[in-house]
Order: sequence, then C-alpha cells, then structure tokens
Amino acid sequence: MAAITMKNIVKRYGDGFPAVNEVSLDVRDGEFMILVGPSGCGKSTLLRMIVGLEDITGGEMRIGERVVNKIAPRQRNLSMVFQNYALYPHLTVFENIAFPLRLAKVPREEVDRRVRETAELLELTEHLDRKPANLSGGQRQRVAMGRAIIRQANAFLFDEPLSNLDAKLRGQMRTEISRLQRRLGVTTVYVTHDQTEAMTLGDRVAVLRKGVLQQVGSPRELYEEPVNLFVAGFIGSPSMNFLPASVDGTALDTPLGRFEAGDARKAAAIEGRDVVLVGIRPEHFEDASLVGAEKKARGSTVSARVDVTEWLGNELYAYVPYEAPDDLAAQLRDLSRELDSDQLRTQAVISLDAASEITAGDAAELWIDTSKIHIFDPASGANLTRDEARVAELARVAERAREAQRRAQRPGEGAGAAGDLSGGGAVTAAGEEGAPAAGAAET
Amino acid sequence: METARSRWLWALASLLILVWTVFPILWIVMLSFKQPGEIGNQKGFLPHHWTWDNYRTVFETDLFTSALVNSIGISLIATVIGVVFATLVAYAIARLEFPGKKAILSFALAIAMFPVVSLVGPLFDLWRDVGLYDTWPGLIIPYISFALPLAIWTLSAFFREIPWEMEQAAQVDGATTWQAFRKVIVPLAAPGVFTAAILTFFFCWNDFVFGISLTSSDRARVVPAALAFFTGASEFQQPTTAICAAAVVVTVPIVVIVLSFQRRIVAGLTSGAVKG
Repeated sequence: MAAITMKNIVKRYGDGFPAVNEVSLDVRDGEFMILVGPSGCGKSTLLRMIVGLEDITGGEMRIGERVVNKIAPRQRNLSMVFQNYALYPHLTVFENIAFPLRLAKVPREEVDRRVRETAELLELTEHLDRKPANLSGGQRQRVAMGRAIIRQANAFLFDEPLSNLDAKLRGQMRTEISRLQRRLGVTTVYVTHDQTEAMTLGDRVAVLRKGVLQQVGSPRELYEEPVNLFVAGFIGSPSMNFLPASVDGTALDTPLGRFEAGDARKAAAIEGRDVVLVGIRPEHFEDASLVGAEKKARGSTVSARVDVTEWLGNELYAYVPYEAPDDLAAQLRDLSRELDSDQLRTQAVISLDAASEITAGDAAELWIDTSKIHIFDPASGANLTRDEARVAELARVAERAREAQRRAQRPGEGAGAAGDLSGGGAVTAAGEEGAPAAGAAET
Repeated sequence: METARSRWLWALASLLILVWTVFPILWIVMLSFKQPGEIGNQKGFLPHHWTWDNYRTVFETDLFTSALVNSIGISLIATVIGVVFATLVAYAIARLEFPGKKAILSFALAIAMFPVVSLVGPLFDLWRDVGLYDTWPGLIIPYISFALPLAIWTLSAFFREIPWEMEQAAQVDGATTWQAFRKVIVPLAAPGVFTAAILTFFFCWNDFVFGISLTSSDRARVVPAALAFFTGASEFQQPTTAICAAAVVVTVPIVVIVLSFQRRIVAGLTSGAVKG
C-alpha cells in the first residue's frame, strides 16, 4: 500500500495538445479517489500515467517514496481493472486470476490457495475452469477484479470498470467494489463519468475539465461548495440551474422573478457587479403553498409559468423555460454541451414535493431557499459565494468518516486476509453509516 | 419470392464455380488411375481399367521419392523460419511507432509484387559462385524472402485485431514485453500464425521456377521440378499417367492441411476477450 503523489503532471501528445495539464493531486494511503469528468477530460489518461501505460510529458509522479516517471508498468506494482476487462481469452478463469502470480513465480501450492481464496471472495469458485467467453458480463467483471486483487499491489486502478454493465448489475458491482476496497484498505484510483459512482464510492473526488483539475474534495464538498460553474453543473443530477441575473442593490433580477440575495455574504458577492449567474439546485425550489410561514420567511417566492411536469411518485419535476440574454444563453449552452447534456433550451428544472398540485401550464408560486443558492461570475465562472469555513468543516466531517471506516475494518484485517464474508458485510455497514455525505448527496 | 430466386441464383453460381475448380482435379485423379497405354487410344473420362500401377511406378522411382523428401524438408524449414521472422516483424509493425514503418510495409509489398522470373538469372549465377547452387539453403533463402511479405501482411492484420488492453493488462500484471508477447499475444494470434504458416508452406510447396532453375540433381530438386523430368515406367510410353499420379500425391498433403486446419483458421480465438 502506498500513497500516490502527482506534482504538476502534464501529458502532451504529438500535436502539442495537452490532454492533462499541470495536475497536482495527492492520493493518500488507503484512500479511495475518484477521477471524474465528461468524456475527453483527461481522466483516463491520468490513470494510465499512474499505471505507466502512458508516458509522462512533465511533472513528477510518486508512488510511496519512489519517483516512477521512468519506471515500467510491471515494476510499479499496481493492479488495474480495464474498462473492457482485458481478460486473457485463451486462459481459464483460474489461470486468468493466477496470471500475475505465475509471472511472479509464486510456488504452485500458494497460487492454488490464493486463487481459490480470491474466487471464494468474488463468488467465482464454480466458474474457475471456464473460459472468459462463456461468462456473463458481471462474471467477467469479477474475474478482472480477481486478477487485480490477488496480488499485494500498492494500489488498485479502475478505468470505468462498470460502464459495460447494465444498470442493475452496475449497482450491485458498485457496492461490491466499495466493500472490497474498504475491506482490503488499498489505495484506489477510480475513473468514471458516472455521477452516482463518483458520489457513492469515493472518499474524495477529483473533477477534471479539459485536462485541468477543477476541484478535489469529498463528494459533499463538491455538491455543496463547488468552486466554479463547471463543477456545480457537473455534480448533481438533474444538474444545477443557472439563471442569469442583473443586480439591483441587494436584489437579483432573474428571468423567474426578482428576489433578495439573502445573507450578507451573498450581498457582498454581488456588490458592484451588473450581471451574475445564480446557481440553484432543483431541490432548493419548493411549491410555495407547501412551505410553512416560518420557512417561507427564510427564502423568497417567485411566480413562474410551468411548461411540463413529471410526477415520479416520490417527487415532482417541473420545467420552467426562460429567456436569457443571447451572450449568456450561448455560454450556458456551451457549458451544457461540455457537460454532455446538451440542453436545447434554457429552462430551469425544479424538484418539488410529490404532494404539490402544480400542473403544466400553471403560473406557479415557487419558493426558493436563498440560503442555498450560489452566485457565479459569468466571465470566469468562479463561485463568488464559496464558504471556506463550511469547506473546512466538510473536510473534517469526511476525515472523521474515513477514520471511522478504518477503525471498523482494522479488526477484520487482524483476523487475516481470508476473513469470512460476514466480516466484510459488517465493515460495509459501518462504512455506509460513517459516510453520510455519500448518501445525502445521492438523493 | 425474391429470396427464393436469389437462392437459386446463388446455387447455380456456386455449382459453376465448383465444376470449374473441381473438374481439373478430378480429371487428373482419373488419369492417374488409367493404364499408361489407354491415353490417346481409348476415349472416356473414367478409366476403363482401374489400376494402381502409376502410383507404384511413382514411388519406385528415385527421382520422385528424393524430390518428395526435398520438397517436404525445404518447405517446412522455409515455413518455420519465415513465420518466426514474420511474427516478430508483424508484431513490431502492429504495435510500435518507429520511423520507416511505412517504408518497410511498402517495401515488403514491392517484393511480393516483384516478378520472380527476372531474379532467377542473377540468382543462378550468384548461387553458383557462392556454392549455394543445388542445395537446400539455395532454395530456402529465396522462398523465405518471397513468402515473408505475404506472411507479414497477414500477421500484422491479425495482431492489429488483438485488443491492446490484453498486452497492457499483462504488463500491469508484471509481464515484461517479451512475456506479454509470448504468453498473451502469440496464443491469441495462433489462428493468424497458422494461416501465415499455411500460406507460406503452399508458396514453397507449389514453386516451380526456383525449383527447376536453382537445382540440378536429386540433392535439392523439388517435386514440381522433378515432374518435368519424369519418364514413366519405360521409355516407350508417354509418362502422362505417372505424372498425374505424382501430381495427385503432392496435392494430397495440401488438401489434408487445409481440411485439418480449416476450423483453426476460421475460428477467431479472441471472442470473449472483451465485451462483445
């Protein structure tokens, strides 16, 4: 096990295009780090530089104490799960899992014992004699994981391991990976473009955009205190609404209506500016008729015409189209395209209580929780209302959750590597309790 | 209606091609079973009196048996060396970026296109000077150089189809480049290697021009060349039937090879390697 330290990592291809640009990132020993971003953001390239399949153009990459810039993949002692699994089709499941041990010239009996242990752990025992071609997607995925964990590697690297599975299996494998990682306590770097995976699996998440690191933090920090428009828009589903607003004293004039900026910090953020972008998450809207008077006073109420509604049982989505000035509308369209969502029109997505009786075509009274809104600079995209004190607190919460997990998994480790599955289950339960951030963020 | 009609057309076309290709072979087989005197005297496709005499004659002639040994030996050696070389070259071409890669490929193609006959004269002189004339290496060397381009092209196509991740996975698992090549790539490319080997073998086995011009005796003369020197059982008979019998004998290995490796060639071993 080892920490992975990246210092000003640059990857430049032959045409001079920097796929990864000046990325500095510390993955601590035993940490589960997620690399996330839209396609083409350089996250896979970064992972492949860690494992050594991609040359590093500039910067320094350390695994543990060792600078590995020039070290071959096989000497880095990392294991990796590929997106398409990359199983060896001519070998049985047993030999696939045993492959790293065979290369390391591990004695035959030990190979046999360890492969069977790993197969047990991943419930592959009855498939050991089969060839990968005869396995289902989920089984292949588990074989790939088996091949990765059988070795005492310094770190596990995952390159979108679940993207080839169907939705249900993906959910199962996600918990499986989480359980394994917590149990083995091995440093893990996991590349994904999937929101849910990013939020639920990671101790920390690193968001990349066009090769540049945007923000690193606990899932909760990214969700509650994003540093810029990009992170704010990327994290969360449906994503945050960005409303252009012209500033009038301490009030914001948005296409949905005019409301007060709220607290002093937000007022300070908009002071002296003409136009800003207001970021409001869908769930920070509510049907005004369902909000109590006391709560109502903490926010503002606007009136808007609802275009379409979607009732999902547990909540109600309302879509409110709005007009934005051309330049800002173009900017927002660019952003949504970059986030792979490519919205056709500027519209606010609003998540309401399922009890709400608002229907399409209504002019609805909507309450906005103004304490939760963010103000962005339209030119730079920077978040003007990021609360550093809150960020620090969130970091402490995440750290505490991690400590709790580690304590919970330690007795399991003491019992030996071949601990039974119920032990793993207990660890998972503790892990999930200890990470409220993930659960809260997912909803 | 459309499908039924097109099926009939397909069947007809297949039949025509089948007749076109199989008829000459059948004819040779029939001739090989006729008595030497029958040709020119009695008409008919089928032999009037079936006889094994021609085969007996063929195998009793030193000319043929030594040529058979030469053919098998030379073809096998050329195939093994050629395929090993081609595998390494093709792997480099498929996997590595290096200056002159295009040049190597187009050069290989140019060699394959080169008219063999124009080289025979110079080679004849050269081989006599360096002492390679009428020896096994004297044939093996030109065979390898002319079979290599085809083998390289076939194999590099096969290597390109093997997902890169296979090899990268092996490297991450702790394999050296050579181990990854030997334990992962070669087994996966086996169908391709077989195909290349068979093609090379056919090329060597079927060659006539080099065989007849670079040999002069039993030491290295190969079957296609030896057939031209065939005289038959006695000098008073046309050796046609005996030549046909010899031709059948040298065709048999080819047919056996194709039939036995057919599935190996066709079956892609990579299915299931990645999610399909």
